[in-house]
Order: sequence, then structure tokens, then C-alpha cells
Amino acid sequence: VSIYTPDLQNILSLLFFLLPASALTTGIYMIFSTKPEMATQEIQPNETLTNLKAESDTLKTKLEDERAKLHDVELHQVAEKVDGLGQFIMKTRRTLKGHGNKVLCMDWCKDKRRIVSSSQDGKVIVWDAFTTNKEHAVTMPCTWVMACAYAPSGCAVACGGLDNKCSVYPLSLDKNENLAAKKKSVAMHTNYLSACSFTNSDMQILTSSGDGTCALWDVESGQLLQSFHGHAADVLCLDLAPSETGNTFVSGGCDKKANVWDMRSGQCIQSFETHESDINSVRYYPSGDAFASGSDDATCRLYDLRADREVAIYSKESIIFGASSVDFSLSGRLLFGGYNDYTINVWDVLKGTRVSILFGHENRVSTLRLSPDGTAFCSGSWDHTLRVRDRGVITWATFPKGPHSQGER
Amino acid sequence: MCDHRCFVYEIVKMSGSSNLVAMKKIVQQLRFEASINRVKVSQAAADLQQFCMQNALQDPLLTGVSSSTNPFRPQKVCSFL
Repeated sequence: VSIYTPDLQNILSLLFFLLPASALTTGIYMIFSTKPEMATQEIQPNETLTNLKAESDTLKTKLEDERAKLHDVELHQVAEKVDGLGQFIMKTRRTLKGHGNKVLCMDWCKDKRRIVSSSQDGKVIVWDAFTTNKEHAVTMPCTWVMACAYAPSGCAVACGGLDNKCSVYPLSLDKNENLAAKKKSVAMHTNYLSACSFTNSDMQILTSSGDGTCALWDVESGQLLQSFHGHAADVLCLDLAPSETGNTFVSGGCDKKANVWDMRSGQCIQSFETHESDINSVRYYPSGDAFASGSDDATCRLYDLRADREVAIYSKESIIFGASSVDFSLSGRLLFGGYNDYTINVWDVLKGTRVSILFGHENRVSTLRLSPDGTAFCSGSWDHTLRVRDRGVITWATFPKGPHSQGER
Repeated sequence: MCDHRCFVYEIVKMSGSSNLVAMKKIVQQLRFEASINRVKVSQAAADLQQFCMQNALQDPLLTGVSSSTNPFRPQKVCSFL
């Protein structure tokens, strides 16, 4: 039982203030410096800063060793026997024009035809991608709307950016209704909103911010349900694990780290730091056992969660511009990467090779997402447009089990 | 003069204790991360590959879809013959 009760600590701290400085040692200060509210962690005598630093270094080395021990083969070696993908042509089926400035973010509605997109000019537009008609348009009070997301029900959209907030707009069937009037401010960060996503329902939103944190919010009350601290710099992206695999999500940031979080406890479960620059985009592999990342270091990488390490790098010497956005095809065999050199590179995830390079955008590709049924993907660009693409005419294709009866001629 | 030195010591005191707390958190996090179970890359890679193979035929971007079922098929103009 310690005699150093909170009151006594405060009195003694005050006394130390009045004593001549030369009579004091930092050692004594450390014992008395535990403020009452920080006394939840007893500081043991042997847990000095130097000891903890040493333990931290030992643990880091141990982590590297453990990960290295299991690195018995490369993914592309395992995949050597898999058939190659053959000629790969994609066609632009729709071009959505209407934004007045750079498109920064987009998301699909679960109905597989509607798209929400947000732009530097402060506008958020809901499109019918089949007809290319604009169904709704909202003007945000800020420019650089860096994040937008469709609610699972299709009845609302969330967006935010330089206003440091994430707001939810219910979508009305009445096209003349002013959407801005029904706006609901949900998330409040202390820096820009970089990404947002609804969880399984319209009731909760996950956000990431330039303030270095992610947060989970209740939409109805605006209450903060959980916050996620661990990044050392701006968090730029996040992705929720496929619902079958449980309550986790991955985030990527300017600290070059990708962190996997437990949504309920707020704890960082796994952390990966192999990129050489900001991570702009993260996306789970469809099985939930891995995730891909795109970075300013001009590479995309695949991290396996069960092996707890990077298992593939998608890069070429000729690709020198950063990857801004990544997404997988439904089977996980293809990885689409949108880059700052205006192109989209399509990678064979297993073999690590590039299957195709897609041109068309006239400025950086900033955002890219597969449609909910996997038949197409949409890319948004600083050239103010969005493009929806799917497979062109398939002349021939190899499948692991031989030719398939289905297929466009 | 004492005020200045006391202020400096106050900063040392504050940063000392908050550094310690921060360091303790880092060590606890590292202990947790070091303790998780891992599988070999060969096993993990085999599972990733298996998932791809099992779902390849249901992946419209791999197999392609016929015009009649493709929602984004080129818009054809109807004409009466």
C-alpha cells in the first residue's frame, strides 16, 4: 500500500516547485510525477524508459524473425502451375460527365447501377450509371470532398472532406427536394476526412482522417462509438473486412503503415510497414484473408493476414507514379490499380504480372471500385469524369479447368 | 530565476511521464503482435490460390458475360423492320 496518496502527491509536487532546482533529481521527479488520473498503470522501478526501449527493440526483432521463419516460398512460385490469363481487353461502356472539377471519390450502390461521386468543386452527384443521368446533386459547404459512400439500403449517401466532418444525406425520391436541408452531421474530426464507409447497416459509419485517427460513429445520434489510435500521421484510406470474416477493418496512412483493427475493442491487431511512401488505398481480398494496398511508392502490395506478412509486390520499373486506388475482381485473381500517370494497371494477383494497361483518362486516376456484382468497375479521375468499364470481346481465354461454355464471342 | 528552472523541470517532468506511458503502450502492443499465431507463406499462398480457382468461373471480369446479361452492354438502337 502506497503512502503516496493523490493529495500527498500534489502537496509534494508543490514543495518540489519551491525547492532550489539544484536539490532535485529527475529520478525523484519521475516517482512523484504520476498524476492521479494517470496512476492506472503502476510504474514499476525496473520499467524505466531505457528498459522499455530495449524491450521494444527486442520485440521488433523477434517479430521480424518470426515472420521471416515462415517465409518459405513466394506467392508467384506457388502459382507457377496456374494457367495464365491470356489476352485481356476492357472497354469503356459509360463515361459520366458533369463534375466541374477533379473527381476524388466514388462508391457503388448495392443495386449495381447507381453511383455516388464527390469532387474538388464541392459537389456530390448520384448517377444512374446505366443511363448516365444525374439523379441527385448536393453542394457541400466545403471544397475537396475527399470521401463519399453509399448506404447499404441505397437510401442515403455520406460524404465529407475539408470540413473535417462526415455528413449523411437521405436521398429523396422527389428530385426537386433540397437534399441539403435534411443533412445530418455525424462525424467530427480535427482534420480533413479522407475516407468513410457504412458498416453492414445504415446505422454506423467508419471514418478516417488527416488527424491520424479512425472512428466508428452512430449515425442517428452522432455519437462516437469507438476510436482507433495508432497511426503516426494522416490516415488516408480504410476498408471493412467482408462480413463473413468478422468485425475488423484495415487502414493505410502517410506513416507508410497499414493497420488491421478490431472494431469492437479499438485495438490494432496487426501492423504492416513495408511500403516506402504514403499508402493511398487499401482493399480486402474477397476471402478476407488478405488485403492489397496502393502507394505513392508506385507499387501495390498484397499482405496475407494469416501469414502476417507481405506476400507479393506488383511493380514495374516503368511504373514510377503513385497508385491512388486499388480493387480486386470477384475471384481475387485480378487487381485493378489506378495510378497518377493517368492509367489503370491490371495485375494477375497470383503470378504478380501485369495483364493489361488501360488508357482513357486524361488526368490522374483518383478512385476505383468494382461494381457489387463484379461485372464492371468504375474509375474516377482528376479529368472530371468517371468511366465504367467491363470485359471487351473475348477472343480466347484460358481457364484452369479448360474452356468454359459461357463467354462473349 | 527559480521560476524559469522550475518551468523547465516541469516540462521534463511532463515529457518524462508521458514518454513512459507512451513507451509502455508501444511495448504492450508489440508483445500482443509478437504473440499471434502465424501460418507459413506456402500454406497461405495455397489458400489464396484455391480461393481464386474456386471462384474463377463466377468472376464476370475473368469469364466475360454474354451481351444479353451484361448490364452495361453497348446501347443498341431499336429499329422497326
